[in-house]
Amino acid sequence: MATLKDVTAIAGIGQTAFAKQLPESEKTLACRAIVAALDDAGIAASEVDAFASYTMEETDEVEVAKAIGAGDVTFFSKVGYGGGGSCATIAHLAAAVATGQASVGVAWRSRKRGSGPRPWKNTTVQLPTPAQWTRPYGLLRPADEIGMLARRYMHEYGATRDHLFNVALACRNRANQNPDAVMYERPLTRDMYMTSRWISEPLCLFDNCLETDGALACVVVSAERARDCRQKPVYIHSVAQGLPTQHHGMVNYWNDDPLTGPAWTAARQLWKQADFGPDDVDVAQIYDAFTPLIPLSLEGYGFCGRGEGAAFTEGGALESGGRLPINTGGGGLSEAYVHGFNLINEGVKQLRGISTAQVPDAVTCLVTAGEGVPTSAVLLRS
Amino acid sequence: MDSLLLPVVDEDGAPFWEYTARGELRVQACAAPACGALRFPPRPCCPHCQSFQSEWRAMSGRGRIWSYVLPHPPLLPAYAAQAPYNAVVVELAEAPHIRLVGNVVSGPDAPLNSVDPARLRIGAPVRAVFAPVSPELTVVRWLLER
Repeated sequence: MATLKDVTAIAGIGQTAFAKQLPESEKTLACRAIVAALDDAGIAASEVDAFASYTMEETDEVEVAKAIGAGDVTFFSKVGYGGGGSCATIAHLAAAVATGQASVGVAWRSRKRGSGPRPWKNTTVQLPTPAQWTRPYGLLRPADEIGMLARRYMHEYGATRDHLFNVALACRNRANQNPDAVMYERPLTRDMYMTSRWISEPLCLFDNCLETDGALACVVVSAERARDCRQKPVYIHSVAQGLPTQHHGMVNYWNDDPLTGPAWTAARQLWKQADFGPDDVDVAQIYDAFTPLIPLSLEGYGFCGRGEGAAFTEGGALESGGRLPINTGGGGLSEAYVHGFNLINEGVKQLRGISTAQVPDAVTCLVTAGEGVPTSAVLLRS
Repeated sequence: MDSLLLPVVDEDGAPFWEYTARGELRVQACAAPACGALRFPPRPCCPHCQSFQSEWRAMSGRGRIWSYVLPHPPLLPAYAAQAPYNAVVVELAEAPHIRLVGNVVSGPDAPLNSVDPARLRIGAPVRAVFAPVSPELTVVRWLLER
């Protein structure tokens, strides 16, 4: 059977500044990130013939293609389920390039989440039909929905707020090394964490990601082409999406085991196609809209057993030099929240050896998308 | 005047709300004789046997708290006015895999913050009460069992 293994590579990455408020439009930011990624790769915009983004991306392919000066585009794809789609954008481009449907693919995400409208201020976006079972009772925001799973997880496995703090701290420490991170000069202490305000108890302010304006993009080409590009190729080794049987989205309260989320499904497919396993991952970029997603993802992707994800965070395991350094640019919690696309670019930086929190000699990186919703993941290698 | 959100009823969910308006808690079940599996949220087809025949089976209204959160602002104004309040997931006594999101309250008409959060714990037994929220719609809320 044909395989995607190492057949394609990420040849270019680009990003704008990250801030609570940027003056330019989402469309302009998208174009800036894409142009920067193409320049990084040394590929002309006129060669771009494929696009992939999230269904929630508000700048569409038509606008982006005509603004940057793309050529004839023969593949375009949008992936659903919020931050669950981040790595799938890379997966779709890899499949398109590997099967000859296109030759130069661009994936991107642009969002003014810091200064744009927020869901809890607008009643009309509160009530998609499935929400008849949750919204009227005041389960209004993703933090409430994930908080419900978090409390159950803490109850079943003895996880504590200190475990969640370990996650927040590791991300903040890496952001403190990254001048591009929103939280670059803002250290976090345990006291700050433990005394911060609640958002949805058991989750406090620091268990929640940032609200950021910014955009990122990357360029996917064949491995052969990538070797002739400006930068060291970062190969797409394995990709997967995951929608588990009887899954219900972020309010996954209605299957037999709500704590076994989409990560488990994506992981089975991801590792099945890979030449290496969790023990061989040098560094991981794990989707961190909320701190509890880290222990849940560590379990799902096989870094530890069921119920062991919280304990895994102990002893500095997630820090530089730890068992599994994560979110080395600061992640969604402390670099920027751009629905996980910054995790993809940071994975590429690690395997090029240019991260601001470089893991020595890193040659493998796992990047994951949002856990708790239909998700995706990609294994990168250099 | 801001008020709590009303359920926006769809075709699959309509029978649930017709029963709650009569003070009955019923859950959709497959009507195929060899199957009969309960399912929630309601949907057109049985995921076990693919039958399109369904019925609505009466539940006792007893359950246990599976998990809960205490939301704090920023929230929609009507919810912020009651924050922190509780939102719970209740697993039904006769079908623990059927879980309903709701609120633990001190009485059918009491606000969402009417029970001291210190009294909430996972596993606590609760029973359903019916709270009309509009002339047409009645939601299920939950009382702590003594």
